[in-house]
Amino acid sequence: MWNQQYEAMDREKLKTLQFLRLKQSLERVYQLVPFYRKSFDSIRAEPGDIRCLEDLQKLPFTVKDDLRDNFPYGLFTVDLNEVVRIHSSSGTTGIPTVVGYTKNDLDTWAELMARTLTAGGGSSESIVHIAYGYGLFTGGLGAHYGAEKIGATVVPISGGQTKRQVRMMRDLGTTLLACTPSYALYIAETIAEMDMTPGDLKLRSGIFGAEPWSESMRRVIEDKLQIDAFDIYGLSEIIGPGVAYECSAKAGLHISEDHFIPEIIDPASGEALPVGSTGELAITTVSKEALPMIRYRTRDITTLNYEPCSCGRTHVRMDKVSGRSDDMIIIRGVNVFPSQVESILLEMGETEPHYQLVVDRVGSLDTLQVLVEVSEQMFSDHVRGLESLERRIRLEIDNMLGVTADVKLVEPKSIPRSEGKAQRVIDKRNL
Amino acid sequence: MIKQISVFLENKSGRLIRVAQALGENDINIRGLSIADTSDFGILRMIVDQPDKAIEVLKGSGIMATVTEVIAMEVPDTPGGLAEVLTYMEEAGINIEYLYSFIEKPTTHAIIMMRVERINDALEVLKKNNVPIVGGDRIYSF
Repeated sequence: MWNQQYEAMDREKLKTLQFLRLKQSLERVYQLVPFYRKSFDSIRAEPGDIRCLEDLQKLPFTVKDDLRDNFPYGLFTVDLNEVVRIHSSSGTTGIPTVVGYTKNDLDTWAELMARTLTAGGGSSESIVHIAYGYGLFTGGLGAHYGAEKIGATVVPISGGQTKRQVRMMRDLGTTLLACTPSYALYIAETIAEMDMTPGDLKLRSGIFGAEPWSESMRRVIEDKLQIDAFDIYGLSEIIGPGVAYECSAKAGLHISEDHFIPEIIDPASGEALPVGSTGELAITTVSKEALPMIRYRTRDITTLNYEPCSCGRTHVRMDKVSGRSDDMIIIRGVNVFPSQVESILLEMGETEPHYQLVVDRVGSLDTLQVLVEVSEQMFSDHVRGLESLERRIRLEIDNMLGVTADVKLVEPKSIPRSEGKAQRVIDKRNL
Repeated sequence: MIKQISVFLENKSGRLIRVAQALGENDINIRGLSIADTSDFGILRMIVDQPDKAIEVLKGSGIMATVTEVIAMEVPDTPGGLAEVLTYMEEAGINIEYLYSFIEKPTTHAIIMMRVERINDALEVLKKNNVPIVGGDRIYSF
């Protein structure tokens, strides 16, 4: 454990700490950010009305559009000369989401990533290969500062040139890999293509995040790379990677509650849901300086678990994110997450997780086509064998999701690979 | 037994050309072929002169290919020639998964490629009934 004092803090003390920090944050945004003042005023609330942690539920949510509407610095609570770093979304879908950090924010972030890396098998002995993109994306630099904080040897390789990455890992004796789970798989494939085996590397663990992935995908990555694979969670609006991380129990991701207050809400009504419910995660930051967030809607679907964890950490655990309401596609009125399809394919044990969902509309009817790349294990010389595989995938999708899909086997490598995030859905509908 | 190359093909234009070109560019000669297809995909089955190299070349080009063992046998090029051999299989209870004829210079016999479920039993049955089995030396390098 990186920080026993906070990570294993008595829960009563933790709640007191959260509440004190929350009050300060609320005062801060109310005094300094017109957006929050207006939003609190709209429900006739003042920071003083928040008398316990539960009272937080009375306050309005903050959403991604609020950041865009106040682009670029409208939600900052500090003068720009105190801001030492900017990160931003790519902005390919409109106005980018810009976030800022004070010196203290960067320290907090490094602390959170130090916890994350330590929980994921990292130490000062580790050689950490960071293949998250460096730059405006928070992945690369976030992991970088955390890895330096624990005293590891950092290889800031960023994304791309995968064969070179594999050679570097082999030559440098890398022990810990940090990248997206889809890139981890791509690295595994590349190792095989280069006629190497995981035994040629010294990799022992990996921390993988920035996109949802399933339990079965974990097994594939662990098997192909012969490592322990840990899920990590974060988003730039909150701080970046390091908001939550898996421990050796691999039974949920601990949210650093000394810095964040998580809630589960109903994505449709916005109502706070009872403990144990599955819904959208909303997060309030309690220690951020430059850009505090009050009840920020993450759009990530998960469940919170307050049961004590075998690792000794007392912080609440969130389940692996099972989908994003942004990625969620509604097909004939049914909510479908690409990750559910991925689970089905992997649970069948025969398929590589390379797939794509193509949604279209014929007349007034939505159609779902699932393209699945034929893998070595599943390819047989028999037309019947392949047809029955297609049929089984279709039946499973029908059973699990309640949606009829046209399953189509396609040639290997025919679905575009991305070295960053995987595009799993093509929606051709004009909605 | 003969090494046959089985290739997964999507039913899209240009897929077959890609395979044929990859082999051609690497001086691999296709000696016989057959295609089984559905509306979505097909399986191309080929006999080539250098099966091991062919697999390497195809995989290197990102084409899904695998080796399947098949029997090559000589059947009299006369009416009823094939029927007789098939009867031996039927009587031995051996399922034939598929078969196709192999291109060779005209002689009194035709060469048939046959994929069966129990390949060793099938070879026994053919030998017992004096059906000539054709070896790789002749098939690959005619």
